[in-house]
Amino acid sequence: MTVTNPAAFQNGGKLALLLLISPLLLWLSLFILLPHVDMVMISLRERVAAREYAFSWSNYSEFFNEPLYWRTFLRTAMMSIIATLLTLLIAFPVAFYIAKIVRGRFQVLLFTMCLIPFWVSELVRTYGWMILLRETGIFSGLLQSMGLVDQPVEMLYNDVAIMVGLVYTSMLFMVVPLVTTLEGLDDSLIEAAYDLGASHWRVIRDVVIPHAMPGIVSGCIVVFMLTLGNYLTPTLLGGKDSLWFTEQIYTQFITRFNWEQGSAFGMLLLILSSFIVWAGLKLSRQSFTRVMT
Amino acid sequence: MHAPSADPQFDLECRQVTKTFGDFTAVKEVSFAIPQGSFFSILGPSGCGKTTLLRMLAGFQHPDQGDILIKGNSVLSTPPNHRPVNMVFQHLALFPNMSVAENIAYGLKRRGVNKSEITERVNDMLFRVGLPDAGSKQVSQLSGGQKQRIAIARCLVLNPDVLLLDEPLGALDLKLREQMKVELKHLQEKFGATFIYITHDQSEALVMSDQVAVMNTGRFEQIGTPQQLYYEPATRFVAGFVGESNRWQGMVQQCGEQGMVVQTETGLNLHLADSQSFSAGQSVECFLRPESISIALGNMSAAGENTLQGTIDTVLFDGARSQLQVNIDQSNEALNVALPQTAEFRGVRKGDVVSLSWSANQIQCFGV
Repeated sequence: MTVTNPAAFQNGGKLALLLLISPLLLWLSLFILLPHVDMVMISLRERVAAREYAFSWSNYSEFFNEPLYWRTFLRTAMMSIIATLLTLLIAFPVAFYIAKIVRGRFQVLLFTMCLIPFWVSELVRTYGWMILLRETGIFSGLLQSMGLVDQPVEMLYNDVAIMVGLVYTSMLFMVVPLVTTLEGLDDSLIEAAYDLGASHWRVIRDVVIPHAMPGIVSGCIVVFMLTLGNYLTPTLLGGKDSLWFTEQIYTQFITRFNWEQGSAFGMLLLILSSFIVWAGLKLSRQSFTRVMT
Repeated sequence: MHAPSADPQFDLECRQVTKTFGDFTAVKEVSFAIPQGSFFSILGPSGCGKTTLLRMLAGFQHPDQGDILIKGNSVLSTPPNHRPVNMVFQHLALFPNMSVAENIAYGLKRRGVNKSEITERVNDMLFRVGLPDAGSKQVSQLSGGQKQRIAIARCLVLNPDVLLLDEPLGALDLKLREQMKVELKHLQEKFGATFIYITHDQSEALVMSDQVAVMNTGRFEQIGTPQQLYYEPATRFVAGFVGESNRWQGMVQQCGEQGMVVQTETGLNLHLADSQSFSAGQSVECFLRPESISIALGNMSAAGENTLQGTIDTVLFDGARSQLQVNIDQSNEALNVALPQTAEFRGVRKGDVVSLSWSANQIQCFGV
């Protein structure tokens, strides 16, 4: 009886669907949508007296009026883009080697070696770089013992150190999508291009990169987001003057208890990252759905 | 054939080519020469080394020993992107991110041919393979047979000295494969290029080729015309691999001027014409094609050096290729016999009594 009634079956199906997606819906609304709505509301108010607030754009105008804020903002964006491109440049040959050149157990081994650094926390990994780069660190000592320099060299607390740390932290998130897409590339396409007279560079340009494009774009999106929102690495490796935008947010929330300003900065960072990802997709002519599946 | 001076009348020549992978010898001392403008097939079971051989000709693999010559010049030191050979891959390997015209133009662009000439040659090529309007289409819009023709056009537009084809019909369905066999042969005749075609499908090799090489465990067993392979197999392997055969293991009983008698393990006495290369007591294997056996309904004694009585066990109806499995009374074994396409055999069924006969020279015999 119940089976012959399609309407009842459909209602049952709808209920099952609702139950299945309810954890996801709860997650999205409670932890992502609600805080963001609250943040927008906080960012659009101004304290006029104790526990009294009024609507205001002042938190946003403060950002544009104070050069330190928007310069830090632009610097963070530029550094993140450079870090993403550097990660891509380093990860692409690595991923190609893992996906196409090595075979069998060695392939698994190499892939695991990319993964192993991520078994320890980001804090420990960053301290690792500090041990290497600091004034009394390994690199400095090595240079001195080789006689290339005659006094300790400080390699920490500059942009290069930040960049090294960011690229190192992001590698895995670029290698994984690249290996996945490159593994789907038919070797005979590469051979066919060679056979038709293409040079190594033309094969990479005409066959490998077009095929890997979804992986390149999705890897770049993930790495860019992680870099832009990274707090630990720029602070530890860049020191007090690293001028990373997340530090500004941290300062507003924690040091200055200015939640209104901090929320406005948070919203600006969200808008910035969304805009750059959108521009990247447009430039590479990839659709978001294709890249993310 | 193995003259030390290079002979430019051959488009391609291999001399003692050997390739090993660790302990495994994939290709062993293979030598052959292919005259200009012929259709040459390499036929062998999977794993016989034919793909390795083809990849060495294309330049993707390097022979451990031996030499490969194209138009009389050794190409061993020439990388694949500079060899005057092109390859049609098993799964065609058309570039999915390019249109059909861009696929065909790819090789010409890499050679730096100017744009107007490229357009002209691509259009001409599309016309010659019978797809004049396909240029602007995407590869995914083409059918299997059309993709096939584009893959061949992409190579032929470069006027290669030799075109290599790696089982390109394998992915097509049966009907289309039959059609493409004929079409490939016509394309080869039209362009006059040398085609080297590797396949495990003997019908493809026999239908299309001028010359066929049968390959087994890294060696060439026999090189010859399709007719030679079929009617005069040189080795036991060729006899068993090309065409269908009934086989017997046996021993030579008598050997004389008039022929010889072989007693099979199943207890039959076979009369054979060939007696030159055998001696009494030798172990041999005999091959008899299903279509070489004459069949008559009923229990009459037929003419021929070999006659047997039997009953039909199974009718394997397959149109013109129908066969009967006949259970032989004398030895209690089944023989495959081609079903004649005459009216009297229309109604044969299981249990019918038949007489079989064949002449002594129909059996191929090889020492074991």
